Amino acid sequence: MIEIKDISKQFYTEEGTVEALSHVSLTVEDGDIFGIIGMSGAGKSTLVRCINMLERPTSGTIRIDGCDVGALPERQLRELRRSISMIFQGFHLLMQRNCLKNVCFPLELAGKNKRESREKAMELLNVVGLGDKAKAYPAQLSGGQQQRVAIARALATDPKVLLCDEATSALDPATTNSILELIRNINQKLGITVVVITHQMSVVEKVCNHVAILDGGQVVEQGRVSDVFSHPKSEAARRLVFPEGNPHSFYAGEEGVALHA
Amino acid sequence: MLNNLFSPDTLNEAWVIIRAEFPLAIWETVYITLLATACSILIGLPLGVLLVAGEKDGVLPLPAWLLKGLNAVINLLRSIPFLILMILVFPLTRLIVGTVVGTTASIVPLVIAAFPFVARLAESSFREVSPNTIEMAQSMGASPLQIIGKVMIPESIPSLISNATIAITTILGYSAMSGIIGGGGLGKIAINYGYYRYKYFIMLAAVVLLVVLVQIFQTVGTRLAAKADKR
Repeated sequence: MIEIKDISKQFYTEEGTVEALSHVSLTVEDGDIFGIIGMSGAGKSTLVRCINMLERPTSGTIRIDGCDVGALPERQLRELRRSISMIFQGFHLLMQRNCLKNVCFPLELAGKNKRESREKAMELLNVVGLGDKAKAYPAQLSGGQQQRVAIARALATDPKVLLCDEATSALDPATTNSILELIRNINQKLGITVVVITHQMSVVEKVCNHVAILDGGQVVEQGRVSDVFSHPKSEAARRLVFPEGNPHSFYAGEEGVALHA
Repeated sequence: MLNNLFSPDTLNEAWVIIRAEFPLAIWETVYITLLATACSILIGLPLGVLLVAGEKDGVLPLPAWLLKGLNAVINLLRSIPFLILMILVFPLTRLIVGTVVGTTASIVPLVIAAFPFVARLAESSFREVSPNTIEMAQSMGASPLQIIGKVMIPESIPSLISNATIAITTILGYSAMSGIIGGGGLGKIAINYGYYRYKYFIMLAAVVLLVVLVQIFQTVGTRLAAKADKR
């Protein structure tokens, strides 16, 4: 279980202080697929980076299975990070390593046996449907294939949690669907808790059970996806659910509001 | 004068000198260049790592004064003209090699001139590694040394090879200059015969060979870099 409690994060820039997150509290249950959605600049990426302390929150606590992540010393934090994998919008594969060695990378970091790592990596490449690309280099693969390799890599250390930071935002709709399907399968088969960061409502709709809507660094709404979608209460939620504008939304202008009223 | 320069007598004499002196001179030049480059990389590469990893938000932050000091020393050494640096480091050369003249002695000033340059080249290679890739490694629990050894260096190998090629051709040029203080090789021949004894043709031949050497190093370096790059 991931408990995010009253997290705030300030960035100090030359232009002054920017509050990226302000008093965010969330709970992600084990085995859930939890979506965090918001417009660009809403603080989603900062929030997900706070979960594994890539970004240290200015205040507040993060607990994973009861363990206060922020209080861990460096070495233990690194241990913990092996059980919280992450995939990214830009895939971030090592371009000078072939796919198999990319998947071996986290095992290598953990000091695992080489031969066993290779076997495990091969197995995982098969799981993501790229068993035949083991010797290929990332540059030879399409975006969707690269993300599959990144997912195989993320699974190598048998994580409890998978953090997806805009993992499908650089992909076309068909590829997005296949990656989301893969994520759902992994969640169901391996019971891995998944946190999905996205700006696309369709992504949340397809894979998530719960969703939190982030706007201006604050959680403005959260709950079951079906509830939030059918009755968006906040303005930010309505903006995301009806991006084109909706006759019943505020965005129809004065008249729309009047009609709705 | 031009008549003299290419008269049969002059050419014959030049040919005798070339045959007698050039094989050793070529060997000395290659030896000095490769050894000085290797030593410069040995010192410069770790410094390049520190320059990038040691920054405030790098993977292995160094105390600010140390990083500033390192940058200052590198800039200082890089701003001294090589001709003067050679003479400035005489005491150090004597300490290390026992003498200040000769082929081996010329390696000391070469390394001192080249390692700061190599450090800057390595720095620029490491900066090409995307911060996102480093963040990825951090998210997987990589330690700072693992990030340096398994991400920063391997990911920038093609760029490091290209930059090593730049370093080698620069050091080759410096090594020719060290002919002034008795460093061996083609530079010494060009200066001794061309400058002190007006044997223009010998100097020309030495220069042509230096050009050929640069071409070879550059071609090999470019090919190796292209072959190493999997992007």
